[in-house]
Amino acid sequence: MGKILEIENVSAGYGEEIVLKDVNLVINDNDFIGIIGPNGGGKTTLLRLIIGLIRPYRGSVKFFDDSRERSGGSIGYLPQISHTDPRFPISVIDVVLSGLMSKEGLFSRYPARLKRRAEELLNRLGIEDLKKKNIGELSGGQLQRVYLCRAIISSPRLLMLDEPSTFVDTMFETDFYGILKQLNRDMAIIVVSHDVGTISWYVKTIACVNRNLHYHPSNVITQEQLAAYNCPIQIITHGDIPHTVLEMHKHPK
Amino acid sequence: MTETFVELLGYRFFSNALLASFFASINCGIIGTYIVSRRLVFISGGITHTSFGGIGIGYFFGLNPIMSATIFAVLSALGIEFLAKKAEIREDSLIGIFWSFGMALGIIFIYLAPGYAPNLMGYLFGSLLTVTSLDLYMMAGLTLIVTGFFYLFYKIILFISFDQEYARTHKAPVQLINYVLIGLVAATIVLTIKVAGIILVISLLTIPQTIANLFTKDFRNIIFLSIPFAFLGAFAGLLLSYALNIPSGASIIMALVLTFIAAKLLSIVINHIKVRKAVSGNKENK
Repeated sequence: MGKILEIENVSAGYGEEIVLKDVNLVINDNDFIGIIGPNGGGKTTLLRLIIGLIRPYRGSVKFFDDSRERSGGSIGYLPQISHTDPRFPISVIDVVLSGLMSKEGLFSRYPARLKRRAEELLNRLGIEDLKKKNIGELSGGQLQRVYLCRAIISSPRLLMLDEPSTFVDTMFETDFYGILKQLNRDMAIIVVSHDVGTISWYVKTIACVNRNLHYHPSNVITQEQLAAYNCPIQIITHGDIPHTVLEMHKHPK
Repeated sequence: MTETFVELLGYRFFSNALLASFFASINCGIIGTYIVSRRLVFISGGITHTSFGGIGIGYFFGLNPIMSATIFAVLSALGIEFLAKKAEIREDSLIGIFWSFGMALGIIFIYLAPGYAPNLMGYLFGSLLTVTSLDLYMMAGLTLIVTGFFYLFYKIILFISFDQEYARTHKAPVQLINYVLIGLVAATIVLTIKVAGIILVISLLTIPQTIANLFTKDFRNIIFLSIPFAFLGAFAGLLLSYALNIPSGASIIMALVLTFIAAKLLSIVINHIKVRKAVSGNKENK
């Protein structure tokens, strides 16, 4: 089991605002980590650090390959789907192929075998008939699957998912987590979510982020532990039947 | 208009105008697709008006106004792109500043220039019939650059335009490509001024693409469809401009808008037929 990435004593933020302080985390092959924490606690900042969109103020983010340090990691990234323009004129197959940007270089020619590979992935996720559609014609769940194809077409060692449950249609959800479990045999996965209840039953371990990071080497976590980690979020308990107990909250009528 | 079309082609000014329409259609077809897809219409309008400053400078110093406007517009475009990133000024406010500053500079220099400004109306509203050989060379050169750049880097342009942040996670040269493209937008705008005029040039960068977008939702196909639509508009506008002796920019837009309305009606009919086919197809399956 090799080390993929090591975050050491990292502080990071935006402008004068420090969002993360003295964060340490090691990610190994086949890890499946759920990153939870309150909104504004630094989950997204941590994710942006790992995928290289921001640099730490202090400390280091190091990538490894065969225990040798590398300048960059092989990371697949599935963003929240709301961040792109749904009317942009691009087809599903092109979106999937864009996951090969760094491997294929700047020039326009993408060999036919890569197109076949993209089609295979779409097929595996049950959306091969959408390949020529414009992304604006898809539902949220379909778009999420397309983005998942884009994230894994380069066979990354680490897959990062940002709030994957936000837009997934319910029918697809269980299916989606099944696919993640399958992918986890080949790659480490990190899921960022504010929703412990949903992720706790498929991740292996949990990291609580609220300015600091507390690594919890199990996928069950108690309210006491969450409090100790200074992580004010919904809690979960466990018994014979895995289930989720949410704190009292109001539902909008 | 008593001449036949073949006779018209014999005139230098007319064949120049036709060639200018041809090059402008290719440049605007490609660059306009980028503008429309990335919703850069406002910044493009801003660059267009900013370039008037370059025309004023050209008049004042006795340079070729199109040449000075090209340099001025490209630098302004790069300036807007740079300042919006680095100076933390909101991009649309910045565009407003450049827009009015360029116009003001142009007006000041034109008033200060000795003598009166000939052809000023031509720069504002387009004058296809006065296109010079130098104009043509510059337009042809730009066509070469734009088509070459898009041919070689089509995929990366598409991917970066679609999702900049994702492209950044792939270490793609997002900023470099953005600078090159905004520079090409500026050059395309200025070198189309002779065709459609400063006030109206945005039409060739948006209307053909919008027409094409009615029939296809693929970036590449929008390019390939908007080029003939742009040429159709420019050609019809050219004939109209010649026959009625009106500025070519205005006649081109008239032609383009009429084409747009016709195309919209056509696409409504096509969609209607498609829906009916789909519905009756479902019935047969049952």
